[in-house]
Amino acid sequence: MSDHAHGHGHDGHHVDHDEHLHAHGSMKDYTIGFILSVILTAIPFWLVMTHQLAPGTTKYVILAFAAVQVVVHMIYFLHMNSSSEGGWNMMALLLTIVLLVIVMTGSIWVMLHMNANMMPHLSNDGSAVHGMHDMQ
Amino acid sequence: MSDIKASTAGTVNGADASSRYFVREHHPEQGTLLGFWIYLMSDCLIFACLFATYAVLGRNYAGGPSGAEIFELGTVALNTAFLLFSSITYGMAMLAAQKKNLKGTQVWLAITGVLGACFLFLELQEFAHLIHEGFGPWRSGFLTAFFALVGTHGLHVTFGIVWLVTLMVQIGKHGMNAANYRRLTCLSMFWHFLDVVWIGVFTYVYLIGVLP
Repeated sequence: MSDHAHGHGHDGHHVDHDEHLHAHGSMKDYTIGFILSVILTAIPFWLVMTHQLAPGTTKYVILAFAAVQVVVHMIYFLHMNSSSEGGWNMMALLLTIVLLVIVMTGSIWVMLHMNANMMPHLSNDGSAVHGMHDMQ
Repeated sequence: MSDIKASTAGTVNGADASSRYFVREHHPEQGTLLGFWIYLMSDCLIFACLFATYAVLGRNYAGGPSGAEIFELGTVALNTAFLLFSSITYGMAMLAAQKKNLKGTQVWLAITGVLGACFLFLELQEFAHLIHEGFGPWRSGFLTAFFALVGTHGLHVTFGIVWLVTLMVQIGKHGMNAANYRRLTCLSMFWHFLDVVWIGVFTYVYLIGVLP
């Protein structure tokens, strides 16, 4: 019985050893990613909480910081690169980004324009709307 | 460049057949991670729909409160810090797991779980406060979209913690075998993915929400 248990344990260890637990990231990766993330998080909060820039500008600046931080997380925390899983990881990610852009920009674009297009037919006094309509 | 590629490919093809079978045997292991990644990408699309909903409805206050009136950026900053620290502590757990350091893995996983629980506690407190004030998801389009998006993220964190505790028990029982390491890697992707989604939430919902 004990022999069997030992054999089993050894077998398990052998499998682990062969597997050498396919490394995902290193201390260096995580440290760089963490420091960059802290900086990229702190700056947007500081910009918004202390009103450093005009609101319109702030919006685009913090969106840019968010985009950069997403890339940092992808590279240093999720260990994305063009060769992981034979490149299929990256393909799935690219497809998702395409769908994401279509869903996001499509929704915002359609809904904003729907308001503008519906107004002339719905409003009773359409003077301002007609003015806008004429300008287009 | 293409010459080099061609010659490399030639060498690989020229190698004995056993090396190819060796690669094929490893395929199922990688298949799990790829499959899990594709799940995450589909999850990403759920969040994309919720973000799009928020983008459309986020300023429809219906006479109710605006983001500037109800968001407390201090709490949000603290929540962000909790998630960010939990990401690095999960990274430490993975590094310990790679070295087969059971104790280290368990401790780092526990710290990660506690940070996740702190995040959830603050978020639920925020939700409870809003609902208590009468600003529940029924109040306006903005609040519907807000609760749907932030709530879905919170639900993911909740299930992440359940998974994390389950894995701690599994590791305690069976040690760091290949299966458990694979599960840890999947949870690592899930956990870091939630942090990526949170970047979108705190930027788009909270920070832009308080801007006029």
